Amino acid sequence: MEYEAIIGLEVHAQLNTKSKIFCSCSTEFGAEPNSHLCPICAGYPGVLPVLNEEVLRKSILTGLALHCKISDFSRFARKNYFYPDLPKNYQVSQFEQPICYEGYLDVPTEKGIRRIGVTRAHMEEDAGKLIHSGRGESFVDLNRTGVPLLEIVSEPDIRTPDEAKEYMQMLCSLLKYLDVCDGNMEEGSLRCDANVSIRPVGQKEFGTKAEVKNINSFNFVKKALEYEIKRQLEVVQDGGKILQETRLYDSDRNVTESMRSKEQAHDYRYFPEPDLVPIEVSTEYIAEIKSKMPELPWDREARFVKELGLPDYDAHVLTSSRALAEYFEEALAIHNNPKGIANWIMAELMRELSGRETHLSEFPLSPRQLAGLVKLIDNQTISGKMAKNVFADILKTDKDPEAYVKEKGLVQITDSSAIEKMIEEVIAANPKAVEEYKGGKEGAINSLVGQAMKASKGKANPQMVRDLLLKKLTE
Amino acid sequence: MNLAGLTAHQLHEMLKKGETTSTAITEAVIKQINQVEDKVHAFVTQTPEKAMEQAEKVDKAIQGGSPVKPLTGIPFAIKDVLCTNGIRTTCGSKILENFIPPYTGTALQKLENEGTVTLGKVNMDEFAMGSSTETSYYGITRNPWNLDTIPGGSSGGSAAAVAADECIISIGTDTGGSIRQPASCCGIVGLKPTYGRVSRFGLVAYASSLDCIGPMTKDVTDAALMMNILAGHDSLDSTSANMAVPDYTQSLVNDVKGLKIGIPKEYLIGGLDPDVEKAIKEAIKTLESLGATTVEISLPHTEYAVATYYLIATAEASANLERYDAVKYGYRTGEFDDLLDMYMKSRAEGFGREVKRRIMLGTHVLSAGYYEAYYLKAQKVRTLIKQDFDNAFEKCDVLLTPTAPTAAFKIGEKMGDPLQMYLSDIFTISVNLGGIPAMSLPCGFSKDKLPIGMQIMGRHFNEEMIFRVAYTFEQNTDYHTKKSPIAELAK
Repeated sequence: MEYEAIIGLEVHAQLNTKSKIFCSCSTEFGAEPNSHLCPICAGYPGVLPVLNEEVLRKSILTGLALHCKISDFSRFARKNYFYPDLPKNYQVSQFEQPICYEGYLDVPTEKGIRRIGVTRAHMEEDAGKLIHSGRGESFVDLNRTGVPLLEIVSEPDIRTPDEAKEYMQMLCSLLKYLDVCDGNMEEGSLRCDANVSIRPVGQKEFGTKAEVKNINSFNFVKKALEYEIKRQLEVVQDGGKILQETRLYDSDRNVTESMRSKEQAHDYRYFPEPDLVPIEVSTEYIAEIKSKMPELPWDREARFVKELGLPDYDAHVLTSSRALAEYFEEALAIHNNPKGIANWIMAELMRELSGRETHLSEFPLSPRQLAGLVKLIDNQTISGKMAKNVFADILKTDKDPEAYVKEKGLVQITDSSAIEKMIEEVIAANPKAVEEYKGGKEGAINSLVGQAMKASKGKANPQMVRDLLLKKLTE
Repeated sequence: MNLAGLTAHQLHEMLKKGETTSTAITEAVIKQINQVEDKVHAFVTQTPEKAMEQAEKVDKAIQGGSPVKPLTGIPFAIKDVLCTNGIRTTCGSKILENFIPPYTGTALQKLENEGTVTLGKVNMDEFAMGSSTETSYYGITRNPWNLDTIPGGSSGGSAAAVAADECIISIGTDTGGSIRQPASCCGIVGLKPTYGRVSRFGLVAYASSLDCIGPMTKDVTDAALMMNILAGHDSLDSTSANMAVPDYTQSLVNDVKGLKIGIPKEYLIGGLDPDVEKAIKEAIKTLESLGATTVEISLPHTEYAVATYYLIATAEASANLERYDAVKYGYRTGEFDDLLDMYMKSRAEGFGREVKRRIMLGTHVLSAGYYEAYYLKAQKVRTLIKQDFDNAFEKCDVLLTPTAPTAAFKIGEKMGDPLQMYLSDIFTISVNLGGIPAMSLPCGFSKDKLPIGMQIMGRHFNEEMIFRVAYTFEQNTDYHTKKSPIAELAK
């Protein structure tokens, strides 16, 4: 029997606000343990939470980008469980009335666009961290306690580990685009749990699901799901039954292991948080947030194709991060050659960035410099080959390409009499190649062009060299 | 003259005229405490040095020309459920025996900014759960009117301290009657403000949607003076109301002519102590003689109030008290095998019986499979109870009821019977569920010479109407001038 997997993801995104969700402590990562702490986030007796409005705004912004409905009346709830990293022993979260619900994300996959439903996105506070000494002691670091999270829950619409990874990457890119989350999985800014089940192809009912926790990189999303699906298939093929349970992913050993069964599952005893007033948002408030929505990556991608005439691939790459797209558009505003600038960004610039996430200000070359460089090529001041050297020379400097080229005397030779003179010398010095070309071996021309370019120390316009050579040889 | 026996507004007049000093007042009150405290046991923690220091500072400031504000230099006692920076805050529980908060709650900070003098922390039922102050880990508090009876609860220490002249004013909290019922038992004035009128920041939560901070005083005027300071929005409490605060002393007018006083028929029922019934009927007559009219009112959902309260309050309490886990602060058991064992032993040893009973009740109420039947249903009934009040206040300006079904009962009398104890709050509980304000003030005495209180309920955020009716009643009666035998003893 053929089986298919049913996957739903719960993604916890840390919202990149300056202060925590219910107090004014800093959210900065990597500080001395228990240094970002106050009576409120440490759960002292008598304290009260007050919602950081930035958390609400960023949550609504994300919800809108995910095509969600925004609740005009939403509430926080207490989720009760005892654990030392949770100072109140309840987590303030949302349960029955989340801020965002019923949205979707269109994910491009190998099989085309897949629409993955978003069940809900709700606000909650993060827990702290336990540090185990290995000598039978455990320490609690509450710096992370109260850092705002947006939990984005997908519908069980995902069918393969690859799709899950693509959904996760797309979501991450969107969150960064919106500037609501830094998307740094190593620092735990984005965490993922997956609900996985399998069923025979064609069956409508879902199988029993397992929840896999602790998936903390894009690759682990794929690997953990691959492992878990394979495990479930083996159980079923051996005539066994899938148990409803929570499993923990161990990335070192690439296995999932049972953490607790359904019988051991927590009863979280959710109830509305009485210390916080319900959140009521007006349509004006939502409209105001919507008006500040940046152009979304898929809209921008479509525009690049439609209005700038870029190939789909280029448009997709250039909109993969907001900083890159903005860099492109800034350069384009200075020199209007979309494809030329796109090529330079996708080849030279991206090699320099080599996958590093950077802000626009941290790019090794400014949009103005890149635009200037492409302009110098387009008006034939320098050749593409020369431009590559100039690019390397002015990287990480604020030198203007035009001034630099002038200063170094790098101006391309476009004077046809000068080129003709060089060509004549090349023809005289390479009778064998000339002979071959005239004998019908067209490839021989390349060696002659190369010789001529070498003679000009790379400064001659290669196209002119080729044209004039052809002219001369057919005379 | 014993300065400890005076009210805040009387002392304020003297301070303004330079007839006395805060130091003299504070000394008199501390002397009173020293004389009667071993009989009453109102305090959990006394801070006489701090009090004298504050008093001297106030006197210096006054000498230097600082304005004497209405509560400047007035010694007061704080219910031990309100966090005080540097002074341990026990909530009457072993689990917080050594807990010293690193901050002061908003209400107390506001009073401190006025130049009040802190005498210490007064006793209460553990985590404000009780109606007799007998569940405190720090021993029982006795009623200054009769040392064999309870002072009421949970703010029993506050009420007893005021009635014994061990302070000039006090501050309490009220979740189901915990200001009003002890005020009634001890013959003083206690106001539970509208929910959201006073910031809860710094009040150790019992039931967050019901808890209120309010004044406990010797007369209505002092309660108004305290409310002028306590009321108002607080950015640290999102459930505090962002509304203008009136000057409550403007409502202290001796006039009830034309006012309509509603008498809920469901409150004057069988089981009501005949002495209480007599006192309330006389109070109604007094107000009628002063020009008010009375109208019978029905609050049809009253009979469900106690049940509703014990579902909602315990549910919230079960979560609010989860933080006492021996990890960060508070009591930790001596020996344990693992984390779970530490949690269970510490909480089993640190909490008293009544607190554990309510945690278990509340946990059950919220459990999967019971939530709808208990918690959700209780919330629906709560809405009906609120509607009862809305409907009632279309027909009258205030409601008048007894505060408690009996005068103070004997120590130990109800400790073995939680249900009987819960019924002590039968007249006060609806007010918390409705979120409306209500005051208890003295309106008579039982045959056993124990005080009886009447309760005046008002519309949401209309404490002013309560003050007006209460002030008028007080001006035309002398119950509030009577001193408890313990207070008299010290003279």
